[in-house]
Amino acid sequence: MAEKILLKGNIALAKGAIAAGCRYYFGYPITPQNDIPEFLSGELPKIGGTFIQAESEIASINMVMGASAAGARVMTSSSGPGISLMQEGMSYMAGSELPCLVVNVMRVGPGLGGIAPTQGDYFQATRGGGHGDYFNIVFAPASVQEMFDLTVKAFELADKYRNPAMILCDAILGQMKEPVVLEEREVSKPPAKPWSLTGASGRNPQFLKTLYLSDGEQEAHNLELKNKYDVLRKEEVLYEEKGLNDCEVVIVAFGTVSRIAKTAIQNIKKEGIRVGLIRPVTLFPFPTEIIRKTARNIPRILVVEMNTGQMFEDVKLSIENKIKIRFYGRPGGGIPTPEDIMREIKVLINEKSV
Amino acid sequence: MKKVFERPKSLVDRLTHFCPGCTHGTAHRLVAEAIDYFNVQEDTIGVSGVGCAVFMYDYFAIDAIEAPHGRAPAVATGIKRVHPDKIVFTYQGDGDLASIGTSEIIHTANRGENITVIFINNTVYGMTGGQMAPTTLLGQQTTTSPYGRDPRNDGFPIRMAEMLATLEGVAYSTRASMHNAKEVLKAKKAVKKAFEMQKEGLGFTFVELLSACHTNWRVKAKEGQKRVEQELIPYFPLGVFREKKNEHMMNRG
Repeated sequence: MAEKILLKGNIALAKGAIAAGCRYYFGYPITPQNDIPEFLSGELPKIGGTFIQAESEIASINMVMGASAAGARVMTSSSGPGISLMQEGMSYMAGSELPCLVVNVMRVGPGLGGIAPTQGDYFQATRGGGHGDYFNIVFAPASVQEMFDLTVKAFELADKYRNPAMILCDAILGQMKEPVVLEEREVSKPPAKPWSLTGASGRNPQFLKTLYLSDGEQEAHNLELKNKYDVLRKEEVLYEEKGLNDCEVVIVAFGTVSRIAKTAIQNIKKEGIRVGLIRPVTLFPFPTEIIRKTARNIPRILVVEMNTGQMFEDVKLSIENKIKIRFYGRPGGGIPTPEDIMREIKVLINEKSV
Repeated sequence: MKKVFERPKSLVDRLTHFCPGCTHGTAHRLVAEAIDYFNVQEDTIGVSGVGCAVFMYDYFAIDAIEAPHGRAPAVATGIKRVHPDKIVFTYQGDGDLASIGTSEIIHTANRGENITVIFINNTVYGMTGGQMAPTTLLGQQTTTSPYGRDPRNDGFPIRMAEMLATLEGVAYSTRASMHNAKEVLKAKKAVKKAFEMQKEGLGFTFVELLSACHTNWRVKAKEGQKRVEQELIPYFPLGVFREKKNEHMMNRG
């Protein structure tokens, strides 16, 4: 069996990037993700890679864009305000179909906020975030192991679909230490990138762009992108489910909150209340189907987040029949306790039936 | 009979969208001639800014990418770090480079990125319809400075070539003009030199080209060239502001 080692979430993520063959990192300091650039600034030069501390997050994402256009696996990482500055570049990369990984170790907002854990950037991550009609592929790890595994997976899917991918996590996942198995599994080699810019040697010159001025050209491009997002929705949804066959309430929660929910579920079982869990692992594509199916059989759903109700909207959109659905959230760095969640479960159960 | 003049191989044989008499066409040709001269058409990657220069990929027979407004030097940095053996250049206007992209140009230059930047200074935003640029001369009327640029409200025109020349990472910073044949030949030498220095791995090279935008200046084409000579050059003097000699300190190739 592979050896377990104790790692901090941010470091596991950085090791995942190296395992995935990423050799280019461009970023700008911001808490609580600094372990990632600090680690990679030491490691990448040793393995023939490049680390640049850019002058801003705007420059970072545009360096990422250049390296991606040149055919490399490349990443950046940041938090809240820095991710906001990157939205321009991410929109261009989605438009010109350039793969990359952007890591958001969320901090609270709006504005400068603080560095406490939060899930307040769910909308920004899952709705594209920048201007125009596009989506990022978004992963929500819930353990240090997943910080490693999903980073590898994110690079693979970004290349497969020629689309920016994002890891959306928080300071708890970034800063805590857990045992991790750095799986020596075969990481898929980056696919051939015949579209990349390498100098037009032995072929016709080619270019990458997002400006479409001729009548209908942009619409056709947007519809092509939509086809890609539809394939993602069909093929790449990831989620964890627990106890859905035998419960009276289902909790939907992602990332850090799903762990607190698991404790609440365990504790409340002692009181004879059976509660199931759906944990979205991909936030885009969202696990709509399992939520829809579950809602047909289980009459109550509780959504718990560290925000004022963002994924809550996607859960509501997933449910077609009339059931009881309740939201509990703590924004601005507040963290729900298992007791909070148990209380909410009971409130939901005691609500008059619809 | 010996052929003495022809279209550079690196330029596509097609009409441009540039206004008749615009010197973007001349600047494109100078860059293409440098690419041909060093025979690097298959080893060159171009990065276009936003503005009239955006359609570079329609005119150059080379690999190219369109960068977000002002970000071309950062995009070029990413490309060059992955392909240090390729020739990488950006082609940017004054709104793109000297206003929204000041952060990117200064830090790319300061890192000594081994790329070439071609900077078209025509003192106005062209593609968006003639608004005031950071390079607009004092008193110059534009669609957003209808009473003339007033330093009390708008500050002063920026001299980029001089400013960048103060940075240690810069190998070459020069300003040339294209308002007559003699100056075009000097500009040609400057562009060629910049590409040559990049090939040698000397670091960041910057060529500012004074250019006429008679359409947005609201003058006839011929008067546009005259304005470059009589009004632009006194404020934006021509010359070399920094030139490193055979120091391979920045060679990453």
